Amino acid sequence: MWRDTVLVAGKDLRIEARSRVALSQVAPFGVVALVMFAFALGPDRATMAKGAAGLFWVAVLFCTVLAVQRSVSVESVDGARDGLRLSGLDPAGLFLGKAAAVAAQLVVLEVVLGVGVTVLYGARIEAPWLILASCVLGTIGLAATGTLYGALSAGLRVKETLLPFLLLPIAIPVLLAGTRIWQAALAGGVPADGTPWLRLLVVFDAVYLALGVVVYGPIQESA
Amino acid sequence: MTTITDVGTPTPVTACPVPSPRARWTVRIIGISAAVGVALTVWLGLWVTPPDQTQGDLVRLVYIHPGVAWVALYLAFGLAAVASLLYLWPRTRSMFWDRLAAASVEVGVVFNICTLISGSIWGKPTWGVYWAWDARLTLTAILLVLFLGYMALRRVPADPEKRARRSAFVALFAAVDIPIDHFSVLWWKTLHQGATVLNPDLSPTIHGSMAWTLLISFVALTLAFVWMLLVRYRIGVIEDWLAANELDVALLERQSEGVAPAPDLGLERPPVPEGAR
Amino acid sequence: MAPPIPPPPAISLHDAVALSGRFPLLAGVDLEVAPGETVLVEGPNGAGKTSLLRVCAGLVGVSAGRVRVLGLDPNRRRTQVRRRVGLLSHASHLYDDLTVRENVRFAVRAAGADPGRIDGACARLGLTGRLLTTSASKLSAGQRRRVALAVLVARWPELWLLDEPHAGLDATARATLDQLIGEASAAGVTVVIASHEADVVGSLATRAVVITGGRVTGERTLGPPVAGRPAAAEPAGPAGDIPLPGPVAHVA
Repeated sequence: MWRDTVLVAGKDLRIEARSRVALSQVAPFGVVALVMFAFALGPDRATMAKGAAGLFWVAVLFCTVLAVQRSVSVESVDGARDGLRLSGLDPAGLFLGKAAAVAAQLVVLEVVLGVGVTVLYGARIEAPWLILASCVLGTIGLAATGTLYGALSAGLRVKETLLPFLLLPIAIPVLLAGTRIWQAALAGGVPADGTPWLRLLVVFDAVYLALGVVVYGPIQESA
Repeated sequence: MTTITDVGTPTPVTACPVPSPRARWTVRIIGISAAVGVALTVWLGLWVTPPDQTQGDLVRLVYIHPGVAWVALYLAFGLAAVASLLYLWPRTRSMFWDRLAAASVEVGVVFNICTLISGSIWGKPTWGVYWAWDARLTLTAILLVLFLGYMALRRVPADPEKRARRSAFVALFAAVDIPIDHFSVLWWKTLHQGATVLNPDLSPTIHGSMAWTLLISFVALTLAFVWMLLVRYRIGVIEDWLAANELDVALLERQSEGVAPAPDLGLERPPVPEGAR
Repeated sequence: MAPPIPPPPAISLHDAVALSGRFPLLAGVDLEVAPGETVLVEGPNGAGKTSLLRVCAGLVGVSAGRVRVLGLDPNRRRTQVRRRVGLLSHASHLYDDLTVRENVRFAVRAAGADPGRIDGACARLGLTGRLLTTSASKLSAGQRRRVALAVLVARWPELWLLDEPHAGLDATARATLDQLIGEASAAGVTVVIASHEADVVGSLATRAVVITGGRVTGERTLGPPVAGRPAAAEPAGPAGDIPLPGPVAHVA
């Protein structure tokens, strides 16, 4: 299973390195979203600094949808999805590999967005380890659920509109947890204890990773 | 050259499965009891029970709101989740569970919307706003969105078994998410240290005739859910039978393709077997 | 002369019905292919040839009837069946952003085959030099076919399912393909070819099966194949060294 994971993740990341979609399209979209939020919330920097945590995570969620859609569309050209099935790859490895590739792209996007939030909204980080932990755990959860729902909607013609509608509600706990942890970690934010939220993220990640490993095979076969 | 001369006996078009008289009567009785129960609740709720000290007549919503909320949040959703799980489990796989889950979700959406509306109506005079980010209302809204996602997925045209599996997976993921959502939203409300002016308290103290009416309302609404569920399930059975019928016709047509001479498109192909009929 | 103990069939379909939504792709197929046989599947467009191959590869499940590939149920023992079966379909399953070599390497490693055979297989199919480092998006349809063939050759599975393999290939590639099919037959590989080119494939196959309307409606035996081989061949593992391109002893 792990061999297949590394193989698939390597393939997806190599494709990304060649096509540079995440870097040249999704990241700028994320930054544009941050700018839009700034316009929407008004020029008062204090308001923006207060909302920085939440806005960061909303932007991350949007970028996740795009990254997942890209991950799915890579397989829909030339029957590549059939090719993956025919090769007899372990579905659990396939799931973890694709999720790992999405997670890697998300981490890069989060760095870009984090810089954006610091610069555009004037957020100041006071507890960097909390930021790091929340990003790592949140990314894993988003990548796992995204890959799962991506597989579910893969064969459908309406997948572009259906995927966000299905994925975003499920990702609400990540949004809530990430926002709260970031608020605890940023200066001048609402003081809140981040630890129970970290535990929540761990549970979320564990549940969806386990689900994915078990269920990805049957989903693939029924798509 | 060996030829196959017999296409095979055509599959008879099956008659629509009709529920047994006992099943029909059961549904009818449930429907009647539900109607009676609801009527009773209305009468008791609007006329017999006294108004509350603080909330006045507004408290009468307690005979609707918690009832529909219980059905939507726990009964409908729980049933859909369990049915989906049973469908996915190979030992118990059967289209019955898929149809049950789908019916449960659809009826659950109706009750969910009733919960939100009744909550809104209660909220406006009590809190001054139609919506407040109360933990329960928020959870209800999340559940509604998940339900709608399930229904949207079911609308996508597909082979019934594939559709059943996909929907079952979505229900499973949602079912797993709801407990996590429950804690998240609860903590979101309680750990949030910004002062909340709104302290929604939708549970007034219940006693006496109000308690009885509340109980009756729960029973009546549950019966109403069950009745609607059974009716919707029956509709699902008929839909599936129609689809299977189309399949039988399609099979016949497909098989007869091999017998009738195919149109000559000028392509090189081996001669069609003769003397088939 | 009948073989002493008949080996289990490579493919066994009994009254198989396969659906796509409401449409029956296969409407009750009965077919048996012995191991080592080369079978031609013919029929008009839309008859179900592609669906038959996909069912044998385990991509499409049967909703009625029985299917056994290499003695296993392709829906229960998916991974095992798929590792031993190679399907050459209309699509080539290539990733546009990767080069030819990377595509072949990924496909071969994903199938669990020996990556050392990649170079030989690519050379055999004429994928050499600059072509190897060309991005897959720039390939013509025929070249894509050759890449898919290279993957098949490198994997060398026990059962080959070829869906109209000659389509889109130029003369050289067609000759290579015929050689490959001949070698595979000689090595005991079971080959099932769905094709409209009855004359070309007919010289390679021992039997032709006609499919119309989703059912097998006819069968005929063809002459002995060009590459003579024993009646009951045990399935062989991957052929030793893949011969490099060049004059190959081939009985015309």
